Amino acid sequence: MATQILDVKGLNCPLPVLRARKALKDLPPGETLQVLATDPGAVKDFEAFCRTTGNELVESSVEGKVYRFLIRRAA
Amino acid sequence: MPEDTKQNVKRMSMIVTKGTLDWAYPPFILATTAAAMGLEVTMFFTFYGLTLLKKKLDLEISTLGNAAMKMPLLGMHMAMPNLVSAMPGVDAMATAMMKNLIKKKGIASIEELRQAAIEADVKMIACQMTMDLFEYTLDDMIEGPILGGAATYIETATKSDINLFI
Repeated sequence: MATQILDVKGLNCPLPVLRARKALKDLPPGETLQVLATDPGAVKDFEAFCRTTGNELVESSVEGKVYRFLIRRAA
Repeated sequence: MPEDTKQNVKRMSMIVTKGTLDWAYPPFILATTAAAMGLEVTMFFTFYGLTLLKKKLDLEISTLGNAAMKMPLLGMHMAMPNLVSAMPGVDAMATAMMKNLIKKKGIASIEELRQAAIEADVKMIACQMTMDLFEYTLDDMIEGPILGGAATYIETATKSDINLFI
C-alpha cells in the first residue's frame, strides 16, 4: 500500500512527472508514492525519471485507460 | 555548497530565442523536467525569447509560413494560406483555438510552466543586449532573472552536459 496517492489523470506531459517530483520531495525516504495517470507517454517517462533520479519504480501497470506507477523514494 | 564543488550534479543550459506561444513550450517543458530530474538548469533568454520573461505574457501563434501547422479549414485540415495569414485577426483566432485545445488536453499553460521553473530554481539569464535593443526595462520583467551576455552564457555552457538552442 502506497504511503501517498497522486492523481494526475487528464494531465499531459510534463505535468505528471513534475507533480510526482513535488510529491516525492515531501515524502520520507523509503516511502512510496502511487501515481495514477492517463497520459500514455508517462510509462516511458516514469522509467526514465526513476533511472535518472535513483528513485525506484516498484510497479508500472495499466488498467483500462489508467496507468498506475508505484515509486519508492530514494534514501 | 558552492556550485563548482558539486561534481556529480548534471547540468543543462538552453538558449531561448523564440517568443511565440508554440515555441515557448519546448524550453519550459525541458527546463522544468530536467530540474525535476535533479539537473541544474540555466536558461538564457535572447531576442524574441526575452518576451517570455515579461510580467504579462501575451503569447500568440504565427500561422504565417507555418506549413506544418494544419488547421480545420473548409471542412478539412490544411495549412493556413499565407494570403489568409496576413489578414488581421487570423493569428488571434488561431491562438484562441490553440489555447482552447491546450486547456482541453490537460496541457500546462506557459505561465504555469514558467512558475514551476522558478520554483525549481531554474537559473534565468536575460540578455542585456536584447533588453537595450527592444527597450525593455527591468520593470517589464518578472523578478528573478539576472542580466548577462554571451560570455555569461558560454561560461555556463562549458560546464553543462546538455546545451540546447531553441
